[in-house]
Amino acid sequence: MCLALPARVIDIDATRQHGTVDMGGVRKQVSLALLDEVQLDDYVIVHVGYALTRLDQDEARQTLALFAQMAADEQPSAP
Amino acid sequence: MKYVSEFRDPQLAQQLAQAMANEVHPDRLYRFMEFCGGHTHALARYGVLDLLPSQVQMIHGPGCPVCVLPIGRIDMAIEVARRPGVILASYGDTLRIPASKGLSLMGARAQGADVRVVYSVDDALQLARTWPDREVVFLAIGFETTTPPTAVAIQTARREGLRNFSVLCNHVLTPAAMHAILDQPEPVALDGLVGPAHVSTIIGSRPYEVFASDYHLPVVIAGFEPLDVMQAVLMLIRQVNEGRAEVENEFTRAVNREGNARAIALTDEVFALRDQFEWRGLGSMPHSALRLGDRYADMDAELRFALSTRVVPDHPRCECGPILRGHKRPQDCVLFGTICTPDQPTGACMVSSEGACAAHYRYGRHQADEVAA
Ligand code: SF4
Repeated sequence: MCLALPARVIDIDATRQHGTVDMGGVRKQVSLALLDEVQLDDYVIVHVGYALTRLDQDEARQTLALFAQMAADEQPSAP
Repeated sequence: MKYVSEFRDPQLAQQLAQAMANEVHPDRLYRFMEFCGGHTHALARYGVLDLLPSQVQMIHGPGCPVCVLPIGRIDMAIEVARRPGVILASYGDTLRIPASKGLSLMGARAQGADVRVVYSVDDALQLARTWPDREVVFLAIGFETTTPPTAVAIQTARREGLRNFSVLCNHVLTPAAMHAILDQPEPVALDGLVGPAHVSTIIGSRPYEVFASDYHLPVVIAGFEPLDVMQAVLMLIRQVNEGRAEVENEFTRAVNREGNARAIALTDEVFALRDQFEWRGLGSMPHSALRLGDRYADMDAELRFALSTRVVPDHPRCECGPILRGHKRPQDCVLFGTICTPDQPTGACMVSSEGACAAHYRYGRHQADEVAA
């Protein structure tokens, strides 16, 4: 029951307490009550119907860059 | 960026595996506990375990809320579900947890109790609005991730004056369970801890600092995709090799040091610490779980229905307890895969896909059998 997926916010209701997210093509109503300042197109982690946190795109890129860096370090002679 | 496929790239996984293989010292063992059931699931589902060097041993921790809920608490939920006029609303996973006398919430439902599966606590609130003449009890379980939603629902019920909504609270605290694991009379030998993904989005990375400083245990908070877990293991290997014990954060895209201030404030407002709470496998632990705070006592199902917990032992041959403490593995249980399967679980670790036994059964068992053959 702890599994959760990143989801893109595609609609925010006027009270900012609720919104609609897209999870790989599936649309779901979620509560935004736990987050400040959610914007359209933000990615959030949804768990039991609530957005728990926003995903930071810059940090995600840096993490991916770190993986790539690691790979380059390890395989200098790879084609 | 989709935040999913990028973190599952098989080629990068191979390269991370190579990095680990290059960096582990061939003659030592690296014993890492993944605390969180989400990581247990990711390790098994994506075959990450097969990519780790043989020197790295992953030990499953007690981080699955379904697995740590003791039988007595499920008996309590069944008892209230059977009361006339009650609707018990629950997340789906809890329905199949084995309870006393061969019963489960699903069994109780088959016998006529009104047990309904909800996806969100908001669905339970909606049941209370729809059925004003019934008592709707929400079976709240989970670690710090599911607690703030329960708090929002309790405040909503109060604001709307919903008098027929109450909560049977089983919310538990991650740091308490970590302390219990490290302080057990015969502690498991550990070289590092993979810190939870989603729990940490709420509580931040700061609560783990005590484990690095007081137990000299490296901690790396990891995201929930396979590459995240692999990267975290690599970071742990490096800490061990360098003799460091720090809290590092692999999951910076979602976790910071302070956590989600709004969620923490809501939890503090609505809940209070329990003096004691019984965990499956870990026994009774002080200050390890939450109840409704005094201001919300009227919505506490334990008080409203005068419920009390009994301590009920697990099935005598089920090894969930030692597994949750890190002492045994699923394949050490004689019931595993024969009597106990995901369709007919004997113990709680076989119920949810984040349980050690269920993860091993679904994704690992056949490989292990092949290797053994
Ligand atoms: S296989 Fe079943 S009975 Fe054995 S430890 Fe796992 S859950 Fe318990």
